[in-house]
Amino acid sequence: MSIPVVDVPDMTLDTETETLLELAEPERKEVGGQWSLPFLLEIGTEEIPDWMIPTALENLRLSFEKLEIPHESVRLDATPRRLVLRAEGLAARQPDSVERVLGPPKSAPPQAVAGFARKQGIAYLDDLKVESTPKGEYYTCLKKVPGRNTKDILAEALPGVILGLYFPKTMYWTGKGGPRFIRPIRWIVALLGPDIIPFELAGVRSGRLTSGHRRLGAREIAVTTADYERRLGDHGVVLSAEERRHRIRHGMAGIRIKPDDKLLETLVYLTECPMPIQGNFDPQFLELPEEVLITVMRHHQRYFSVQDAEGKLAPQFVAVMNIPSDPEGFVRRGNERVLRARFNDARFFWETDQKKPFAGRKQDLANVTFQAKLGSYLAKTERMMQLARELGGDAHAVRAAELSKIDLTTELVKEFTELQGVVGGLYARVQGESEPVWQAIYDHYKPESMEDAIPRNRTAQIVALADKLDTLRGCFGVGLIPTGSRDPFALRRAAQGVVRILIEGRFEISLFDFVGDDEALKAFFAERVRYYFKDIRGFAYDEINACMAASVGWGNLVDLAARLERVRALRASPDFEPLAAAFKRIANILQQAQDTGFTALPSGIDEALLEAGPERELYQEFRRIAGQPIENAISRLRPKIDLFFDKVLVNAPDPAVRQNRLTLLQTLLAEFSTIADFSEIVTNS
Amino acid sequence: MQSFQQIILTLKQYWADRGCIIQEPYDTEVGAGTMCPETFLRVLGPELYRVAYVQPSRRPADGRYGDNPNRLYKHSQLQVILKPAPSDVIEQYLGSLEAIGIDLKQHDLKLEEDNWEAPTLGAWGIGWQVMLDGLEISQFTYFQQCGGIDLDLVPAELTYGLERLTAFLQAKDSVYEIEWAPGFSYGDVRYQDELQYSVYNFEMADISTLWKLFDLHEGEATRLIKLYDLKSPEKRRFPLLPAYDQVLKCSNLFNTLDARGAISVTERVGVIQRVRKMAVAIAAAWSDQQQAPTAEVAQ
Repeated sequence: MSIPVVDVPDMTLDTETETLLELAEPERKEVGGQWSLPFLLEIGTEEIPDWMIPTALENLRLSFEKLEIPHESVRLDATPRRLVLRAEGLAARQPDSVERVLGPPKSAPPQAVAGFARKQGIAYLDDLKVESTPKGEYYTCLKKVPGRNTKDILAEALPGVILGLYFPKTMYWTGKGGPRFIRPIRWIVALLGPDIIPFELAGVRSGRLTSGHRRLGAREIAVTTADYERRLGDHGVVLSAEERRHRIRHGMAGIRIKPDDKLLETLVYLTECPMPIQGNFDPQFLELPEEVLITVMRHHQRYFSVQDAEGKLAPQFVAVMNIPSDPEGFVRRGNERVLRARFNDARFFWETDQKKPFAGRKQDLANVTFQAKLGSYLAKTERMMQLARELGGDAHAVRAAELSKIDLTTELVKEFTELQGVVGGLYARVQGESEPVWQAIYDHYKPESMEDAIPRNRTAQIVALADKLDTLRGCFGVGLIPTGSRDPFALRRAAQGVVRILIEGRFEISLFDFVGDDEALKAFFAERVRYYFKDIRGFAYDEINACMAASVGWGNLVDLAARLERVRALRASPDFEPLAAAFKRIANILQQAQDTGFTALPSGIDEALLEAGPERELYQEFRRIAGQPIENAISRLRPKIDLFFDKVLVNAPDPAVRQNRLTLLQTLLAEFSTIADFSEIVTNS
Repeated sequence: MQSFQQIILTLKQYWADRGCIIQEPYDTEVGAGTMCPETFLRVLGPELYRVAYVQPSRRPADGRYGDNPNRLYKHSQLQVILKPAPSDVIEQYLGSLEAIGIDLKQHDLKLEEDNWEAPTLGAWGIGWQVMLDGLEISQFTYFQQCGGIDLDLVPAELTYGLERLTAFLQAKDSVYEIEWAPGFSYGDVRYQDELQYSVYNFEMADISTLWKLFDLHEGEATRLIKLYDLKSPEKRRFPLLPAYDQVLKCSNLFNTLDARGAISVTERVGVIQRVRKMAVAIAAAWSDQQQAPTAEVAQ
């Protein structure tokens, strides 16, 4: 490895560092004649959004590894107020290295050679070597590059490492043009062994002072690499996420919690000193739908809900505090009071909404914008009803489409937007709509993620398709096409949902009938289809390309899935790869022929023109297997094709023979290209 | 037990002790303390500033005829602007909670991500909602942009929901039951406001009159904005503050029309744009007007 030449900054030893040497003596150990040092970096910030922390830590690890400073181990930790990287076994100094410096060519005038030697500090020209390089013979010399102090490398690199961490949305705080980070950086601990790694960032000087829990700890705590975690513990901070997770789980042991790993992770990164407490609510609220109660608890209050022995919602909850105990019950009572108010609100909305018959609110959708250029949700409703019919939906599906968006006018959905669809389904149920109808309304936003199930029944699947297809067609129609990470209408998710519902719901229809001739939308769908089969179903990309390029097209996704299964099975056959290679050869030959004006014989193959031997044999074999599935034909076809290419010259001198031969190949290719375009298969041969 | 007004007095004193000018509420209807010129205009430009004021904030659509224990047409915000934000701004904020008697070692406090955006003002910031025992008591925002302009100094905006905070401290389930002053409940003081404004906003406001008023105020603001001359040596005396009042009127009329259900699909986005356009133009003119004062005095 050659180390780039950089000016080594002056070795300014700050007095602070020197005085603290003896303090940290025990943490030094000697390895291979070099001091092996621990490294600690703590970026102290104001509260970082919980969901960004794990990614930020991973980025921090990668940025550190990129510095290529040899070390034995790395450990990352974080709380809302600190991102921490600790490494063991760093050398105080990086090893010296030797670099080859390329000088002037051998043919250069002597002055240039002398100049090069002088610049490299070489007294005798004989010390220069001549080496041959791809560009010719050149003077070179070896230059010793002294290894730099690790502390200096880190001092130089860490500001960039920190500010280079990626966050989805950053801010500035020191003034316009100042550094950007996820939240203001308030302190930095940077230690290599006993020494401070000195640098400054956003007006903060690195040092050895960390900060404790906001209310349980001191604001400034001097630490060493050895006592860092313990000192934080003394000041109310549980540094390890694993330990916080354990504390929360342990504190809930014996309570029948509705499992919720996502909420658990949120709380792990929302606290520095977590402790669960149990609270109760008035059982009369259990009259409200569970979906509403759970949403209030989970999304708005970040509470775990509790189940009884039968799995039904119990009038209890578990909140996780950021302090270790609640001896006076202040926190429990406070949370109970907040939840009571929230539930009262929800009940008020639930009752108010039902004063007006649900179906009777349809006209109110005229006042809810779907998208400025695409009109109101009333207009969208009308389009969805039409689409539901075109998708083969019955009266239930059309009715469900008609009622599907009405809940957007309800107070409950205005308050709990994440319950759109669900609330509509619940209102439709209590107001006497049939089961397929209310279930379809309830489910029609599904699947909301890759893990989420598709809608539960046919009616619901049709309404879900109608909704998503309408959104996609509309947005693409007015040019709202997602670019990069910008996808405000969640069109990728919508298209992915369509793909999954069509395939997993076994809809034997062509997607193209509903996409129209919008090429951009078709390409968008093609991308989602590829993603689905590759990343979710595990097909190889060339299998997907081959099957999508088949002459039947890829509009019928159920058929595409079946063909992919067949190609995957075929691939196990020893005849497959050679045959695929042959098809690729045929495709190339035909392409070249077409470029020079070839067109197939309109009357088909002229048997009289076939040459006896391999050509005629191939033709006869083809006649026997035509119309049969490729699985039956593959082993019989392959030797004939091999022989044909071995013995027969396609570009025969006689134009009529040539055209006939090309027509034979084209017919053969067409016959087996209905399942897949095998020329897309990547082969080794 | 501390009364509503005692809590306000304590908080004002706390922030006055930390260098804030104590202002009185702005005398034009606003939807939030942010909209007052003391925030919207003062956060622009390079001048240091600290101010605190209680702003009654009107949200016509949130009115509940005085029936709902937690929702108000008009609630009171204590708005604190610290420009630029000091590095211990969160500690100072926590200190204010202790000043009104909250022992933070015995209560659960969390800062949860909540970024703020006001499309009608061309303003946004990064911040949190402050949760105390599960109750959102404040909004904390580092402003990044206002009137479409990147801010020179980053101010911290602390907004306390005073009714909620008081209900928390007094352990009351209904806002109307909190004690405003000894012998007077919040309901005694404000119930009529809630009932009558709900009736007006939801039932009786005359839609065509409100639209006429909107157009008139918009016309006046736009007329003034057009007259502002960047090159005029007299521009320091140009009435941008009165022009901004017209924008605030428009904003409140928009909210009322919205609550009344009078804003159709096609209109809605358009009306927001109209208000935003005026707000952004005034912010730009204000920045210009404040920029070179000494040079002009010298002329």
